[in-house]
Amino acid sequence: MELAEGGLAGPLTSIIQRNGRDPMRLLQILVQAQQVSDWISPEVVDLVAKQVQLPPARIQSVAEFYSFLYTKPRGRYRILFSDNITDRMLGSIPLLEHMGKRLKLKPGQVSEDGLVSVDLTSCTGMCDQGPAILVNNCAITRMTPRRVDEICDLVRGRIPLADWPDHYFRVEDNIRRADILLGSIWTPGDGLRAAIERGPQGMLAELKRSNLRGRGGAGFTTGVKWEACRNASGETRYVVCNADEGEPGTFKDRVLLQSYSDRVFEGMVLAGYTVGAQKGFLYLRGEYRYLLPVLESRLERMRRTGLLGKDICGAKGFDFDIDIHLGAGAYICGEETALIESLEGKAGRPRIRPPFPVTCGYDGKPTVVNNVETLCKTLEVAVHGGAWYEGLGTKQSTGTKILSVSGDCERPGLYEYPFGVRVAQVLEDCGAKDAMAVQISGASGICLSDREFGRRIAFEDVPTAGAFMVFGKHRDMFEVARNFAHFFAHESCGFCTPCRVGTGLARNLMDKIAAGRGTQYEMNELLRLHGVMRSSSHCGLGQTACNAINDTMQKFRPSYDRRLKAVDFEPAFDLDAALAPTRELTGRDDADAHLGVAA
Amino acid sequence: MNAADNVFTIDGQPVPFKSGQTILQAALEAGVFIPHLCHHPQFKPSGSCKLCTVTVNGRNGSACSLPALPGQEVENNTPDLNGKRRVLLQMLFVEGNHFCPGCEKSGNCQLQALAYELEMVTPHFNHFYPEREVDASHPDLLLDRNRCIMCELCVRASRDVDGKNVFTMVGRGRDSQVAVNSATGRLGDSELAATDAAAKVCPVGAILRKRVGYALPIGARLYDAHPISAQVARLATREA
Repeated sequence: MELAEGGLAGPLTSIIQRNGRDPMRLLQILVQAQQVSDWISPEVVDLVAKQVQLPPARIQSVAEFYSFLYTKPRGRYRILFSDNITDRMLGSIPLLEHMGKRLKLKPGQVSEDGLVSVDLTSCTGMCDQGPAILVNNCAITRMTPRRVDEICDLVRGRIPLADWPDHYFRVEDNIRRADILLGSIWTPGDGLRAAIERGPQGMLAELKRSNLRGRGGAGFTTGVKWEACRNASGETRYVVCNADEGEPGTFKDRVLLQSYSDRVFEGMVLAGYTVGAQKGFLYLRGEYRYLLPVLESRLERMRRTGLLGKDICGAKGFDFDIDIHLGAGAYICGEETALIESLEGKAGRPRIRPPFPVTCGYDGKPTVVNNVETLCKTLEVAVHGGAWYEGLGTKQSTGTKILSVSGDCERPGLYEYPFGVRVAQVLEDCGAKDAMAVQISGASGICLSDREFGRRIAFEDVPTAGAFMVFGKHRDMFEVARNFAHFFAHESCGFCTPCRVGTGLARNLMDKIAAGRGTQYEMNELLRLHGVMRSSSHCGLGQTACNAINDTMQKFRPSYDRRLKAVDFEPAFDLDAALAPTRELTGRDDADAHLGVAA
Repeated sequence: MNAADNVFTIDGQPVPFKSGQTILQAALEAGVFIPHLCHHPQFKPSGSCKLCTVTVNGRNGSACSLPALPGQEVENNTPDLNGKRRVLLQMLFVEGNHFCPGCEKSGNCQLQALAYELEMVTPHFNHFYPEREVDASHPDLLLDRNRCIMCELCVRASRDVDGKNVFTMVGRGRDSQVAVNSATGRLGDSELAATDAAAKVCPVGAILRKRVGYALPIGARLYDAHPISAQVARLATREA
């Protein structure tokens, strides 16, 4: 947006006022401010600090924490290429290089006229229709060289994003196998009416009977979580829907929010009814900002039809409403306590647990945090009862699970199965003919080799939050693990020592091996780091950050071995590489400007 | 509950505790040393340095933030845990720019003392050599971020004791650093005074008094005569 000198104060003030000058809404204020100011300049920090009455360093701590907030100018068009391994497999890097060449930019640079920057970002959740990019946080899918050229022309022509072709922004659902959730017809309100008939205690009993477990990965029993929240002392309670689907390779929540949001929201209201909360938050990852208008209009419709607001479904005194909060590029906010910190307008650093959110969550009040898919499932339990639900899936893993399938297969997209399905069945259904490996539950999950394709998707065997990335026989599993190592180093929040430093060390070791300078020593170091980070990191991020390295090293050893030198040790310091800046300064690259390189 | 029930064990040794205490608080009061950096008896736990990681009933956790519970079996002084602590110390050393021989805090530094205690003979990993800012704008105090270990003690001291909120953690991941709450971001323009708890609490040499470096001769410094593990009583009761 073009603004005259000093023209920021007006729009910023109205943003801050719209947010009630509320420090708890600081992240929302900054996200909205950046839409008019293009970056969080010192002027913005100063103005927000004064009007929200917070110290400037507190504004800085939020602005610097989130990837999508910029404390330095990043251009009027901020283009980010999704850098999940599946995007790479679909050719994202040559496209990035092509765009860089067209715009005369290196990744991370801003053009000299301040118009545009191009960089990489963590998985944007479009793995089934990549390579994907974000332009000023709007998702564009299915990138091709031609589309890169078109976008470069649009940028150079300074065409406002709103006037770019609609079809760029089309996001397909790609539902390939539907079961009780994706395949059923839903009448809004059915779940709530059923719950009101059962009463909160009856609803808890049905949930516990159903043995419904959280779909976000940890698999905590939903009924037990809700009961703990209901029984926690205090008057005020909150319901939070965790729609910060950041795990690389996962995109099921995107589809649920795009096409099933009636159920997601009704699940939140149902949770409010059961635990005794009157307020809910949907925490939407910044990458899915394109969904905001449709979600807001859905909420409006629910308010009009009596499914939200006062005396919901005619039940006297049953009041509930929902606010949507936007994230701004931080994988860690998928961790429930980091998410709550972020909801409170702070940097997303995980809290110390206990106390758990069910007793001390948002604003220090009892809070249930549930995954998008879990909330949809609670409606099924409300309508059909716990006994019916318990009969689906396996003993420890009842019901169905939605998998986000991507990678080397003919039909990427969503597959909903009863729990207990074998990996081989999924591979057959999605048309993965020459699969060598499947990475289940994303970068932090588990890597299975073809010998393990008989295993089952279930909490008893292979638990998953939903990601299912397929790798064909021609893929290099070392590069998969290296991509994940970079991801974790980028996403570590920096709170605890093992994760803050360890993710960086692991990434450097993987890069050293990739450069052909690794030895058995680096292999041992990686495994040792894995041991320390797994056992002493503060939260799941650090604990699982080296899982993929550990798995691929064991199961795909040749992809490492062929890169290793046969010596015991190779120093990290590379004399010739250290001269690179000097070569660049002097413009020399002849043989005499290199050291230690055989002629 | 009977007061006699408030006992757990550390490496087999019974440790009594008062209700509401953490494992680390109870251990230090009972004279049991658990290595730690970001804990201070005066402040709420942060739980970030992870040096105090212990194994409780088979699961790892931070002794500074885990509540003590009757009958808990805590493993602390084991080769495995100490080995991991040594790695964490090495991580802290390579992450910043620490030059013990020239540092004013040498001999009085908790990071250095723990490195000796846990027999860390080399930094082991490749140094990151980060570029970090030194802030000498304050008349009495020096803020050298090169030596900061992100323990947030200054943040907590300034907020909870001094009531000034001078420091805040900013950035993310390896770019995390301590920032100063002042209009210019400089320490000299903040309300920090040399008498503040926040000015005295730094366990390393990141916040230093000016003009008093090397005040004590080698031999008379805090950790010269006795290793940190022999100073548990002081660690349990010290004030900033």
